[in-house]
Order: sequence, then structure tokens, then C-alpha cells
Amino acid sequence: MHELSIALGIVKIAEDESAKANANSVKAIELEIGSMSGIEMDSLDFAWPVAVKDTVLENAKRDIDYIEAKARCLECETEYDIEHIFDACPKCKSYFKDIYKGRELRVKALEIE
Amino acid sequence: MLRTINFETMCSTCGCGHDENGPTILKPGEFVGASVPQFGLDHQHDHTHTHGHTHDHSHGAEKTILQIEQEILGQNDLLAQRNRGYFEAKKITALNLVSSPGSGKTTILETTLDDLKDKIDFSVIEGDQQTMNDADRIDALNIPVVQVNTGKGCHLDSNMVHGAFSKLDLKENSMLMIENVGNLVCPAMFDLGENFRVVIISTTEGDDKPIKYPDMFEHSQVCLINKVDLLPYVNFDVERAKDYARRINPNLIFFEISATTGQGMELWYNWLMENKV
Repeated sequence: MHELSIALGIVKIAEDESAKANANSVKAIELEIGSMSGIEMDSLDFAWPVAVKDTVLENAKRDIDYIEAKARCLECETEYDIEHIFDACPKCKSYFKDIYKGRELRVKALEIE
Repeated sequence: MLRTINFETMCSTCGCGHDENGPTILKPGEFVGASVPQFGLDHQHDHTHTHGHTHDHSHGAEKTILQIEQEILGQNDLLAQRNRGYFEAKKITALNLVSSPGSGKTTILETTLDDLKDKIDFSVIEGDQQTMNDADRIDALNIPVVQVNTGKGCHLDSNMVHGAFSKLDLKENSMLMIENVGNLVCPAMFDLGENFRVVIISTTEGDDKPIKYPDMFEHSQVCLINKVDLLPYVNFDVERAKDYARRINPNLIFFEISATTGQGMELWYNWLMENKV
């Protein structure tokens, strides 16, 4: 359940940034989460209400930009979609790869008022 | 309505914000209540925020979008890099030992410390949710040790490790062994500033552990396969386990060991001596 830590990390970023901007409230928060970021979306949903209670995010709309992972084979340079870290290159079957997309775990934007 | 988030409890509380759920960091013989040394950015600014704002802002609704682009684990990663810089300056080799509960982490550590303590100056950080048991076992070997009890937390983070090694007076050219909380999932995401991450599996577990919990194997450099003395009695295929692990991390180095019989420990020790900073 590290998703609670992650949710609290998001709250902390939102509190700091909205305080810096002298915002009264946060209307919406936009997150980028990759499929290989190590976050279980169901667990994040479960932790979210507890984490945001009594914070600037309590009533904020949460938009998640979920990014599917992509890898590039280090042997034959084929680019392919991966579902698991251990997926092999569909062309040459090598496991050596660079996962260049799908690790995102970022607060992209806040809509404040 | 700003709530103060106490950063050092952030990664381990149930979200209620009470300090009693935060980590405690103790040396053997020490008692709860001793304060935890922290980094500068411990956000304990209890800003009272008495903005009794009467809410007479014009209802033209000035919406602003802040493009902040911040990494959620940025705080942990930043502190991990600070730890790393400290280790580098003092020529300390730090290892982060991770595994499921019961794989034999503490026994491996005890045997390693006992066999190499004349060659290497060791210090140990023990991470568990509760109890001083592991620290007491290390203390019995006369090795400096600090126990971090994470409370509700399922992993160590870089701030807890900083708090722990600040109590340890680390020597130059020494080796710091960090035994993480027994958990193959959560610790994978938290860089502590270590030089090497060592993942341990044992033959009493399934040989498909690597593909069940791939994240931990992906971010480790070394894999210890423990309890090989039990291979005649268990259904564990060492080659299959290695094959699975290599699919995730083709560069992983393996050592097949038994911490209780000493089998295979010599090769692991050689690796430690060779890779010491």
C-alpha cells in the first residue's frame, strides 16, 4: 500500500504549490501515471479520499493521464508495447530493452482559483 | 483549510497525520521518545493560517492553471541523492537488502558480518514495522546498529535512512548494510541512496517470485538465492528462477548460498570485497 504514500506526496505538492500561488482552492489536479510506474490504480483510488481529507485537494477534480508503456529493443531496435517488465521483443525475443515510456509519476498541473 | 503534512511521517502514516504513526529510530537499549534527526526540509512549519477570509472574492472566477510538472517521488529522490553524496564523500559503500519476510535476510547479514568484520568496518540499519529484535541480533555481534520501526509503513524511505545513519557516526571506507522492511513490493519504488540493491529469495518460496514481483528484480544489481541446503526437500528450480529473473533484468548477478551452512558464502564475500568503494 505505498499508494497512500504516493497520494500524500501528491497532496503535499498541491498544498505547497497552491500556497505559493495564494490560491483559495484547487479546482482540479492533473496527474500523469504510467502503466510501469508501480502504481495500482485501484489502490490509489482507495487511498485518495483519506489522503485528501481536510486539504486543498478535498474537493478537487482528479484527472489522470494514464500512459501505456513502450519499450525499445536494445538488440534490434524494434519499438513495442509492453504490459509486463519481462515481455520480450516480439521480433527477436531479446529481453534487453529500454522502457522509454510508462514510468511517469508526476503532478502535471493544478487548476486554482 | 491547509493541513500541515509532516514530511517525515508522510510515507508511513495511515493518513491521520498523528506523529505516533511515524517511524521511530532507536539504537539497542534506547527508548522511544528520543528525537529523530531530520533533514532541513522537514516541513514542520505549523503555519496557523488564520485566514478568516470572508469569501467576498468576485465571482468572475479567476481560474488559473499552474503547469507544475513535479515528480511525485521527487522529494524522496532528492534526499536519496543527498544520502548518496554523503556516502560518496566518506567512501562508504551502502547496500539495500530487500526481500519477502522470512527469506533469511537477517541471518545472511549476521553470518556476513561475523565472517567479514575483521576485514570491513560495518554499520547496520534495520527496518521493520515493529520490535528491536533484529537490531538486538546485530548488536550481539558488536556491530553498530540502529533500528527503524516504520509503524504502519511498508518500506524505508530516504529520510528515515538519513535519520538512522545520523545516529551511527559512520566511519570512512566503511560499509553500511540497510535491511529493508520485508516486502517485495513497496520498497522497490524508494531509492535510499544506496550503491547496490540486493534482492534475496529463498528456496522455500516459489521459483516464479521474480515474475510475480518484477519491480524489485528490475532495480537490483545482485540476487542472493538463500537456503540452497534445502533444495533436496523443496520444489524450487534454481535455473528456472534465474531464467525468470534474467527476463526482467539481464544484468543481475546471482549467488546461491545457505547462510546457515555457509555454502556459497565465499563467492558472495568476494563480490563484497571487490565492489567495496
